[in-house]
Amino acid sequence: MNRSRPHRGQLVSSRTLIYAALLLWAFISLFPIYWTVTTSFKVAVDVTQGHLIPWVDFEPDWRGWRSLGLSPDRIGEVSTARQEFLQRFANSITASVGASLLAIAIGAPAAYGLSRFKYKLGPWRNDDISFFFLSQLILPPVVLALPFLVLYKSLAMLDTKLGLIVVYTLMVLPIVIWIMRDQFNAIPNELEQAALVDGASVWGAFTRIVLPIALPGMVAAFILSVVLCWNEYFFAALLTSTDAKTLPVMVASQTGSQGIDWWSMAALSTAAIAPLVLIGIFLERYIVKGLTAGAIK
Amino acid sequence: MAATELSSPLTVEPHVRVTRRASPGRRNAGRWLIVISSCAFGLVVVAQALRGAGIIEPGFDTWRPTLYAYLAWSIALGCGLVMTKGERGHQLLFLLPALLFTVAVVIFPTFFGLYIAFTDWNLSSVSGRTFNGLDNIRTLMRDAFFWNALGNMVWYVLAVLVQYAIAFALALLLNAEIRGRKFFRIAFLLPFMLSPVAVSWMIGKSIMEYRFGPAATLARLLGWDNPAFFSSPWLARSSIMAMDAWVSIPFVMILLLAGLQALPHEVAEAAKVDGASPWQTFWKITFPLMLPVSLTAVILRIIFELKLADIVINVTAGGPGGATDTISSFIYREYRDRSNVGYGTMLAEFYLVIIIVFVSGLLALANRWMRRFT
Repeated sequence: MNRSRPHRGQLVSSRTLIYAALLLWAFISLFPIYWTVTTSFKVAVDVTQGHLIPWVDFEPDWRGWRSLGLSPDRIGEVSTARQEFLQRFANSITASVGASLLAIAIGAPAAYGLSRFKYKLGPWRNDDISFFFLSQLILPPVVLALPFLVLYKSLAMLDTKLGLIVVYTLMVLPIVIWIMRDQFNAIPNELEQAALVDGASVWGAFTRIVLPIALPGMVAAFILSVVLCWNEYFFAALLTSTDAKTLPVMVASQTGSQGIDWWSMAALSTAAIAPLVLIGIFLERYIVKGLTAGAIK
Repeated sequence: MAATELSSPLTVEPHVRVTRRASPGRRNAGRWLIVISSCAFGLVVVAQALRGAGIIEPGFDTWRPTLYAYLAWSIALGCGLVMTKGERGHQLLFLLPALLFTVAVVIFPTFFGLYIAFTDWNLSSVSGRTFNGLDNIRTLMRDAFFWNALGNMVWYVLAVLVQYAIAFALALLLNAEIRGRKFFRIAFLLPFMLSPVAVSWMIGKSIMEYRFGPAATLARLLGWDNPAFFSSPWLARSSIMAMDAWVSIPFVMILLLAGLQALPHEVAEAAKVDGASPWQTFWKITFPLMLPVSLTAVILRIIFELKLADIVINVTAGGPGGATDTISSFIYREYRDRSNVGYGTMLAEFYLVIIIVFVSGLLALANRWMRRFT
């Protein structure tokens, strides 16, 4: 074997470089989150003097959280700020979970159909139908925003959670179909055929045999959809005003006013990103699974 | 395969085909169900339209009941298809909900949008909408702000290549033999999870803030006296690009990492045995093998980049002087601040045409390129 072994020194330095680069990017990725969380515990003087580390160069204070009504001393009292925040939070949950469930409920069967049966709708075959669904991805929100505004006005769906759910379903449906079709394609056909021979209906084979196997993929599609809907701002800003406003709209409306207290903004931002950070930490596997579905052949 | 021995042709690879015929009675009933429900639905729509036009008096205040009628019609259509076509109907039933939903929610807005685009309609004016033919297109051709925003889009799309380069480097790092890979993977993924609106505040409005932001402090320490990240056009655009890159690099990175992990190990090992340097191995082996994944990732990113709006709206609102404007943020202001609905929609439809032409061209190019390389 004539493998040229690198010198020991060279090996060490390249390892150091790799770790240095990794740590640098980890810092770039995590610092804004760290900054936001710590700033929510600062008071004015800590902000202006650029203090960074709690307990070392500044004493944490609940002020930011108090302005949201979420500090320990305010949690028992009635607070309009907290009520507003909780309502926005609940709206975000309803809209994103509702839309993701609806998208899975109609997207998964469609993906299964496209993966297993041969369709012919006029001149359209399976590939054309799949392309029709996927092509919705390139539609920019601005194209749909205004017609939706007018449509919702005449349907009395403006500023309702149902309205948001419908728009968000449209937004994530292509992604759900994309992920689920990939999942179903990976499941061998023989399983359902055996069930069909045993007398099960197509739907029975689908719900009792295929769906349980495809469950991890479905969870991945669901979580990815929830994240995308949770972060959506454009439609929410145009289609909601008071009742159905979501968290991003609330965050944006607070940043719009100049000279807002940093600590309250930081507390609000922390609360808005907390669920996502938790999803990122604990469900990373599913996010990655959802993102890479179909991309790697 | 067991199924082929049975007389019923249950299986024809790879598609399941079942020829169980429905009885003539059921078929007729199904056909009638479809016809009657379609007529009823059409009637509801026409009646509501007539009432909207002020021709007839009875009807509902809003179009909401029409929505219910559409739902009822969809259910009737589904049942009718099952009754007339038997198994074939059951198979169609898988596709039907998604298809009917998308058609209802996309087709109407697209056509209605096309109509609005040719009207002069300002929500704040009293006169309501009037048809004004090609006036909006003429205004668009002379609108310097629109073309400026389109020019910015070129830069934003080009920035995707930088994101790709960084993401590739990160994917290679994560694919190396390192300790704590799980920690780094999660840390690198987190920016992708955050909402662009929160990022706008976290980075754009506080970390990059001129007076107290840590980024500004750091820049001062490094000898830059006046670190105003959003003052000059190029600087502002680069700052927006940096924030956008921060959010979107993880997406590209994850796709590339999955691609790297799917690569056959033997090839790289063989290259190593032959004495190739890591640099050669990368350019001669890894990079070409990664080309399909790379193309997918870059094209997906470009498609998403074309919708870039949230960060721009919330950090700079297009300023200074339109230097950071994207088409979406420009149209957003046209709606929100000027209520200029007709013109804004024309801009959006025009942009959609550009996008479709551009993305189709890109896909065709990618296909040709792939064929040359493989």
